[in-house]
Amino acid sequence: MTDPIFAHRVQFAMTVMFHYLFPILTMGLGFFIALYSTMYLRTGDRRYGDAARFWAKIFAVNFALGVVTGIPLEFEFGTNWSRFSSYGGGVFGQTLPMEGVYAFFLESSFLGLFLFGERRVSRVVHSLAGIGVSLGSLLSGYFIVATDAWMQHPVGYTMDPDGSLRLTSFWQVLLNPYAGWQYLHTVNGALVTAAFVIGGVGAFYLLEGRHPEFARLSVKTAVIAGVILTITQAFPTGDLNSRNIVRYQPVKLASMEGLFETKAGAPIAIIGMPDAEAGELVDPIYVPDVLSFLAYGNLRASVDGLNSYPEELWPPVELTYYTYHIMVGLGTLFILQMLAGLFLLWRQRLFTSRWFLWTLMFAVPFTYIANEAGWIVAEVGRQPWVVYGLLKTAQGTSPNVFAAETIFTTLGFAGIYALLAMLFLLLVGRIVLKGPEGTLARVM
Amino acid sequence: MNIIWFWALGAMLIAYAVLDGYDLGVGTISLWLTRTDQERRIALNAVGPVWNGNEVWLLAAGGMLVVSFPRVYAVGFSGFYLALMVVLWLLILRGVSIEFRHQIDHPMWHALWDAGFWFGSALLSLLLGVALGNVLHGLPLGAEGFFQGTFTLMLNPYSLLTGILSLAVLAWHGTTFLRTKTEGDLLERVRRWSSALWWLSALLVILTTAATFVVRPALLTNYWAYPIAWLLPLAAAAGLVAGFLCRNEERDSEAFLSSTLTIVALLGSAAASVYPNLLMSTVSPDYSLTIYNAASSPHALMTAFIANIFGMIGVIVYSTYVHRTFSGKVHLGEHGY
Repeated sequence: MTDPIFAHRVQFAMTVMFHYLFPILTMGLGFFIALYSTMYLRTGDRRYGDAARFWAKIFAVNFALGVVTGIPLEFEFGTNWSRFSSYGGGVFGQTLPMEGVYAFFLESSFLGLFLFGERRVSRVVHSLAGIGVSLGSLLSGYFIVATDAWMQHPVGYTMDPDGSLRLTSFWQVLLNPYAGWQYLHTVNGALVTAAFVIGGVGAFYLLEGRHPEFARLSVKTAVIAGVILTITQAFPTGDLNSRNIVRYQPVKLASMEGLFETKAGAPIAIIGMPDAEAGELVDPIYVPDVLSFLAYGNLRASVDGLNSYPEELWPPVELTYYTYHIMVGLGTLFILQMLAGLFLLWRQRLFTSRWFLWTLMFAVPFTYIANEAGWIVAEVGRQPWVVYGLLKTAQGTSPNVFAAETIFTTLGFAGIYALLAMLFLLLVGRIVLKGPEGTLARVM
Repeated sequence: MNIIWFWALGAMLIAYAVLDGYDLGVGTISLWLTRTDQERRIALNAVGPVWNGNEVWLLAAGGMLVVSFPRVYAVGFSGFYLALMVVLWLLILRGVSIEFRHQIDHPMWHALWDAGFWFGSALLSLLLGVALGNVLHGLPLGAEGFFQGTFTLMLNPYSLLTGILSLAVLAWHGTTFLRTKTEGDLLERVRRWSSALWWLSALLVILTTAATFVVRPALLTNYWAYPIAWLLPLAAAAGLVAGFLCRNEERDSEAFLSSTLTIVALLGSAAASVYPNLLMSTVSPDYSLTIYNAASSPHALMTAFIANIFGMIGVIVYSTYVHRTFSGKVHLGEHGY
């Protein structure tokens, strides 16, 4: 408890994970709102306009929480990780202000226009504002992922004789080869969650027997988008993101898969419990050769195991392994669920299959878990490095902050965030209970 | 390039102070100014659609500081660890107060978030002023390059004075903003408050200026070296005088312009007096962080400048557009805060 590094890790992990609950929906829902409002503009069908307005209300609450919980993170780079900022700020800092300047401004300014300006601007401008919000949040995501990608795979720098980093290529930092697939995988995950949220609310109304028109539109949107998105989540985005890990961070891959020994024709473990001390996977169920194939497209290729690396460079194996398996396991279930939905849609039983609607509703929180688990794999799997191969996390902390201060403020954040979570559920719950038909009446 | 970055960052922080300043000011005074729920909503709707965009200037300036002067960001932020955590909590409180108040129509719910909006706004105005005071006053930066911002260090009398100055000036700025937004009875009340707050602000400006000469006479060095810098304090004085002239009559938008000018010129004067330092050491000037010893490489500075300048132009264009869309008196409709 008195170890400052541990305290800083806990604080950052907690604040970033709580924050990320909101951008998932902002990025995902923004796209669907833009889609609905464009459909409304093109067809004039009132259902699309109602849907866009309904989701915009939830988006607004969600967005506000995303903003207020996001600000601490930018501060924490300086408050908790000052040696890291001082070391690499000139390089990784390139993408950080761009998030504020290009993306965030776009997002927050257009959101005001979209929510409150419907009477003040033309329908085309209003619809464009919706697209602006969506583009802003997607762009915002890119700059953040690019910043993270630089920590995963630092590029575009040289090291000065005194050990500090100096930028050599802005474009390499911005277009980091690690960033592309990681970004698409992230955004795709956000879209999956949004599809499930839309479907979940639609399913709730259908089960309740309220707002049938809106509910059918929602469930149908969710299933059609969901089939595509849950599949693209695994392939190509997940698959190609893993290839980058194979190439740049083989020790992370070995931890994800629980592969302790280097092997030709490496298997994947469907289940099994890693025991890092004993260096083995307990009670595994293997599918032979598959890992070699996934990593190198060759059944006989040799995949590096953890034993190829000194133990002090291993990430926490168990945490990386379990979160990775949770993510992949849930992702697989989502694909099956959406395929079932598509089958029901084809048989015209989608809106009446109560069991399916129940599962759709209950899947919603699990999509959040899958997104968060993916980020744990990415960030915990990067340890012990804060900048991969260059700077250890332990060397990045603020030397002038006591562990007790960090613990105290972490507790403060925990309390505030618990309250925010309750408020969020209360307010979103009220919007959902009130339903989409109240949209035109004064509800804000 | 280092010099351009100094002024670019300065300009962004000034823009933040002017823009978020008026909504902080509205938060600080609206609880006393407004009598009915209707009036509170008018005040909230005046800032509701724009506060978020205004606050982003602070975030963007923070991001710019990372890339341009990473050591200042690292040293300053970690040194003021606890204070900044409190600032963060207040920013959260204020943000949710504005966004959540209108979600449930119940008098106690409204009262709760009105109090949150007031508390967050007032304390933030004060703390931002205290932070500025510490920058002007200097910090115990030693050879190892870090310092620990204890509360007794931060809340020195000089910084408390700048904190109170910031509270008063931003409250005045909030009232001049509301003068452009309100009508009738409420407007009359806003004008009375505005004129009282003008007196308070003017008094505190004079007091703080005098205190600065006593506490840090070295801050005048730049003015003797570059006499053109005197234009900035003169502009501040002009802003105050203009504010006085506009206090009673029907010159509401002019009043807002004069409080804006006052804030811009006051902060500009402060920036001119610390230049080229970013964080001054009270131990020895050798340990001060300047725009040269705390900066990123020239290439990084140039790249970040080019990368962001177009965005900044865009930002200015569309925040003008959004402000224009919501300009004029507030009329409560079905939608809104």
